[in-house]
Amino acid sequence: MSVAAFALLALMAVGSALGLVLKRNAIHGALFLVVNLGTVAALYLSLRAEFLAAAQVIVYAGAIMVLFVFAIMVLIPGKEETGPDPRRPYRLLALPVGAGLLVELAAIVASSGGTTRPPAPGPPGGVEAIGRLLFTDYLFPFEMTSVLLLAAMVGVLLLARRRAD
Amino acid sequence: MVSETWYLVLSAVLFSIGVVGVIARRNPLVIFMSIELMLNAVNLTFVAFGHRLGSPDGQALVFFVMAVAAAEVAVGLAIIVAIFRLRHRLSVDDLAAMRW
Repeated sequence: MSVAAFALLALMAVGSALGLVLKRNAIHGALFLVVNLGTVAALYLSLRAEFLAAAQVIVYAGAIMVLFVFAIMVLIPGKEETGPDPRRPYRLLALPVGAGLLVELAAIVASSGGTTRPPAPGPPGGVEAIGRLLFTDYLFPFEMTSVLLLAAMVGVLLLARRRAD
Repeated sequence: MVSETWYLVLSAVLFSIGVVGVIARRNPLVIFMSIELMLNAVNLTFVAFGHRLGSPDGQALVFFVMAVAAAEVAVGLAIIVAIFRLRHRLSVDDLAAMRW
């Protein structure tokens, strides 16, 4: 992937992430998050992870974001963050915390080098390799995932049910 | 050719922005979306490392993260809707019932 393309995608990803955090209106934040998920999908493509790029668009940008937009529409957003904020000084602590975390992560990435390892022997494999891995080495976690999704579905039904009384 | 290190740096930036969003915002929905942002940053790290090592394991792990994220969002949004139904307000400052 050329440096220019990566820089453009990275800029879009960071910009949309900032938009999500800074925009007051939750629906604008949701749309920014869609842009962010799309750019991350493009980055997956550049890393030869075609299956994940497709899954990202379908699962995240499709299913999860639709759920979010639904929830935002149902819950009348934008009113909860307009009033004066009694805890503003504490919330501003987020900036030093985030900056400190970023410095720390950057130090870890820098110290791990990354030039020591020879370049990858080839693409990590497409859908076939992942499917083979999921149904051999990761078979138990894979089955547990289905149990987890079932549990989540039942739990949501229970939570969203209107009380009889 | 962009080295994987830059992908790691980018995902570190995205993760930090997500942390700031979780701490600084009052709307639980935005907090949830910031958590999604952090999960995505971690996924990008997995894929970048998988690419560097030339192994599909990283991508398989991302698959699991996506499944868990989907379950988490569904349950989390259901809880938020239930809370809103109970209180007709939506701010994390009000949600102190479990604080001791």
